[in-house]
Amino acid sequence: MRHWVFGAALVAALGVVPLVTSSEFWLTFFLMALLFALLGQSWNVLGGYGGQFSFGHALFFGLGAYATGILQVRHGVPAWPAAIAAIAIAAAVGAALGALVFRYRLRGSYFALVTLAFAEVARILVASFDYTGSGFGILIALAPGAGNFQFADRRVFYWLAWALVCLGCLVALWLERSRFGARLIAIRENEAAAQALGIDPLRTKTLALALSGAIAGVAGVLYMQIFLFADSHIAFGPTMSVEALLAPIIGGLGTAFGPLLGAILLHALGELARHATGGAPGLNLVLYGVLLIVMLRFLPDGITGLARRRARG
Amino acid sequence: MLEAEGIVKRFGGLVAVAGASLRVGRGEIVALIGPNGAGKTTLFSIVSGFETPDEGSVRFDGAEIAGLPPHAIAARGLVRTFQIVQPFAGLSVRENIAVGAHLHEASRRRALAAAEEVAARVGLADRLDQPAQALTIAGRKRLELARALATRPKLLLLDEVMAGLNPTEIDAIVAVVRAIRDSGITILLIEHVMEAVTRLAERVYVLSQGRIIAEGPPASVIANPAVIEAYLGHGAAARLEGASHA
Repeated sequence: MRHWVFGAALVAALGVVPLVTSSEFWLTFFLMALLFALLGQSWNVLGGYGGQFSFGHALFFGLGAYATGILQVRHGVPAWPAAIAAIAIAAAVGAALGALVFRYRLRGSYFALVTLAFAEVARILVASFDYTGSGFGILIALAPGAGNFQFADRRVFYWLAWALVCLGCLVALWLERSRFGARLIAIRENEAAAQALGIDPLRTKTLALALSGAIAGVAGVLYMQIFLFADSHIAFGPTMSVEALLAPIIGGLGTAFGPLLGAILLHALGELARHATGGAPGLNLVLYGVLLIVMLRFLPDGITGLARRRARG
Repeated sequence: MLEAEGIVKRFGGLVAVAGASLRVGRGEIVALIGPNGAGKTTLFSIVSGFETPDEGSVRFDGAEIAGLPPHAIAARGLVRTFQIVQPFAGLSVRENIAVGAHLHEASRRRALAAAEEVAARVGLADRLDQPAQALTIAGRKRLELARALATRPKLLLLDEVMAGLNPTEIDAIVAVVRAIRDSGITILLIEHVMEAVTRLAERVYVLSQGRIIAEGPPASVIANPAVIEAYLGHGAAARLEGASHA
């Protein structure tokens, strides 16, 4: 119960950030943290609650970003319908990928490798065709206006991201209190036992991957609308996949507020490291690697897990 | 209720089950016994859908179920437990049992309430909020039973729920199993604890080297020379006979 209160307090505090500070730096800092919290929550649905560790969540993030961009730029689809279509595409690809890999009972490191491979193939394909922007990426023309899903005032994006993170936390809380979530968690804990109790693992995991893909797609769409640009390295690159899994692992796997907590800590650390090193490129990945090893060695259930152990005494 | 006919299962060159047949009628408690490696658990896995038989048919409530996936068989009301207990270790006892209850209960609140009722039936009522991994072996066996029971099965397959328990714990489980049957659930159990078999089962099948070698009430099956030989080796029945006359 206490972490629930803590989580709600954290969410509430983030909601008032734009009212307390007008600093562009801090607003961007927290906006990015919220964006990656959303991506982390997407990974958490499948990895934290379902126990299926994906190394290729950039695939869904990239699909969200690219699909909305391409629909607007190449086909003249208005921004909002394009966003909804992009999220649906990310969910559909999640369902298709799930139906494929889970049918062949790929688990553990095999599942991680296959998802990584799919994300890398997507990155290379996207960079190979003019239709998908090849080496340049996708650029949406600047046209501020609510109808275009573009807001000159960054606070609007901030509150939108905040509301979506709240929605993500509600999805996680729903998983903890629903039959679908109970089934997903049962599969994580012991797939054979879950099957013996009448749970269809293929169906449950596929639905979880579709849900996870949809949430990552939302994050991708939001990223695209904020920056109006993405290229294959940003959207489909392994860095994005690592960001997706690191936030929930740091914050607490299979907890509703873990990804949010993790994303904020991760971005604070990343920012500090950038100041300390003078912004050497690629160094954040080294930091992430070290952090991942330290977390898995000493705090496998994340900060939330540590707090729980303390609470139990 | 359950009819398995001519089941054959090969693993490579090894024939684990070699044409075994058995029937379980509604409301019965039937035991499946046999020496280690006889193929009992393999037969259970086939009936519950975890393995597909190479030959033979399994009918449950008149419908063929061989080849169906385990979750589909469980949904029809045929649910197994595991010899090596498989708790959802990270979850509480209540949450473990609720997973079973969710098979026919969509509401979380009602599934949790059902879990409490089932826990009371198997004697886990005071352990509801403990993590499953904190339970003793006897507790885990009860949990295994409780989860299966919470799915509201018609036929329960119990795989050695008494192995590793002390005599007091066995007494308690025997009473629980009998109460489950009296509530209208048919039971097929694999058991090594012969005392429990004789107290519980109305009929016993003896499986040896993948074949059913004897069937009948516990007392007559235990006295059957073929059964004694299966357990103690060739010629054992004659030697025992000779010893009792000397």
